[in-house]
Amino acid sequence: MEELTLGTLIAVFEEMFGRGLFWGLVVAAGIVTVAYLYVLIRDRHIGWRKFLIAQMFMPVGAVAAVWFVLAVTSSRLSDMGGAIDVIVLLGIAAVGAVGAAILVYTIESLFFRSDKDTRVNTARDDVRDAVGQPAE
Amino acid sequence: MTQDFDSTRRAFLAMMAAGGALATLPGEEAGAAGVGPTVSTNAKVVIIGAGAAGTALANRLFRRMEGGQITVIDPRARHLYQPGMTLVAAGLKPADYVVSQTTDWIPSGVDLIPERVALVDAEAQTVATENGRTVDYDFLVLAPGLVLDHDAIEGFSLDMVGSNGIGALYAGPEYAARTWNAASQFVEEGGRGIFTRPATEMKCAGAPLKHTFLIDDRLRRAGNRENAEVIYAAPQGGLFGVPIVAEKVRMLFGERGIDTQMQRTLTRIDADAKIATFDTADGPVEEGYDYLHVIPPQRAPEFIVQSGLHWEDRWVGQGWAEVDQYTLRHNRYPNIFAAGDVAGVPKGKTAASAKWQVPVVEDHLVAATQGQEGTAIFNGYTSCPMITRIGRAMLIEFDYNNDLVPSFPGVIAPLEELWISWLMKEVALKATYNAMLRGRA
Repeated sequence: MEELTLGTLIAVFEEMFGRGLFWGLVVAAGIVTVAYLYVLIRDRHIGWRKFLIAQMFMPVGAVAAVWFVLAVTSSRLSDMGGAIDVIVLLGIAAVGAVGAAILVYTIESLFFRSDKDTRVNTARDDVRDAVGQPAE
Repeated sequence: MTQDFDSTRRAFLAMMAAGGALATLPGEEAGAAGVGPTVSTNAKVVIIGAGAAGTALANRLFRRMEGGQITVIDPRARHLYQPGMTLVAAGLKPADYVVSQTTDWIPSGVDLIPERVALVDAEAQTVATENGRTVDYDFLVLAPGLVLDHDAIEGFSLDMVGSNGIGALYAGPEYAARTWNAASQFVEEGGRGIFTRPATEMKCAGAPLKHTFLIDDRLRRAGNRENAEVIYAAPQGGLFGVPIVAEKVRMLFGERGIDTQMQRTLTRIDADAKIATFDTADGPVEEGYDYLHVIPPQRAPEFIVQSGLHWEDRWVGQGWAEVDQYTLRHNRYPNIFAAGDVAGVPKGKTAASAKWQVPVVEDHLVAATQGQEGTAIFNGYTSCPMITRIGRAMLIEFDYNNDLVPSFPGVIAPLEELWISWLMKEVALKATYNAMLRGRA
């Protein structure tokens, strides 16, 4: 490849998905990210119970992302031929995992707000559980 | 409560930092690839051919030349994404995967004349079409592609493709799909498969090897490999023009049990008897087959020779345009350039080469409209994502010196069978190609 600039990358992605779908996906990712930031700022803390539930979806997101990429590229896990392949595969899994967690957390916060996170004591218990701190 | 707030704040900041890092990863410099400053000119530029090179150049020149007049001449209504044809011929993509319309890619300010060129008069600076139209030019770019000479193989005609075990994926998307019909029967039934290539220069010299590797893989997946003989037959002495790559392919062929018959050229087919005749140093040799993949000799379109624009003393009988291999400028007519398959240069009849040639022609042509000399150089760059099985490929890039010139040294090893190289071919290549057509990559 002669040179790889952001402009080239955007052009390639536009061609890959179609201009409408690509920018649609960018906007969707942007909306989820903004919604995520919105609930973080609105709640002024991370709801650890929600966060734990969101984390439970990380393996699902990771497997789904890997499965999706393998399926659309006629590939199998046995096609991994070198270190870079494993790194790329793990990267795809990581993106799927983080994406799923953010999506689930945002959905929980936006649509299921009145759970235990609003009760301070329970939230603090959750924090202790999550970060392994001793009780006061 | 303080602890609670601190932990959430730390987590929040960590996530923000991670998000920031992700957001800045893709690249530092924005802007379209390599498109230089706009110039003002009233030059008339004629581009013969709306394939990969011609279309990309039309888009780039259109963006750079203010006031210039750009005309593209090509009778073909369909634009073919030719790198996809090996995938079609292995049953991995449908025929329409490679088809788009020529007019999809030509900017509206560029004139498209859908006619076939009959003759170029380089002295009078005119192009005559077969419909009797004459177009004059200040600068001419030859990018008509090449001609597949199917008639050169006795007993062969394109209507045979797809039945009686005959494949010919180069002939077009429909023929590539029919090639898979014939090949899939071989995959199911086994037998003797012979995969050929021609003695002439050819587009994408990796494609005959890719087809061999893919059908070998298909046989394995069908559990039928032990019932099949896979033979690669070629007029050359080596399996690939770049020695280090040829050695690697030789090793892979050894691993896969693919036999080779070198220095033999397919000259004749008896489709009814399923016998192919090859020319060898010891005279003609007949080989029976159950599947035969035919790639015919290839040469420049006739008008190149008729117009006297070809090499007389190199590639005799093939008619490639006589251009300087570094500037792609015609050796005798400085206002004529060539790009893509028709260019008479030692390497590079691939879309990747066209991608590198086009900015070189653009640079010299635009400079010439300003009475200056261009500086860009084509180093022979050619790229071949050499598929070695479904799901793996080697990203082979090389230049005139037969040096490997990897785009991602230390990350993507050129002679290693990798999934990421397959991903590039499968996912990114067509998108990159399309971006190139638009002059954006």
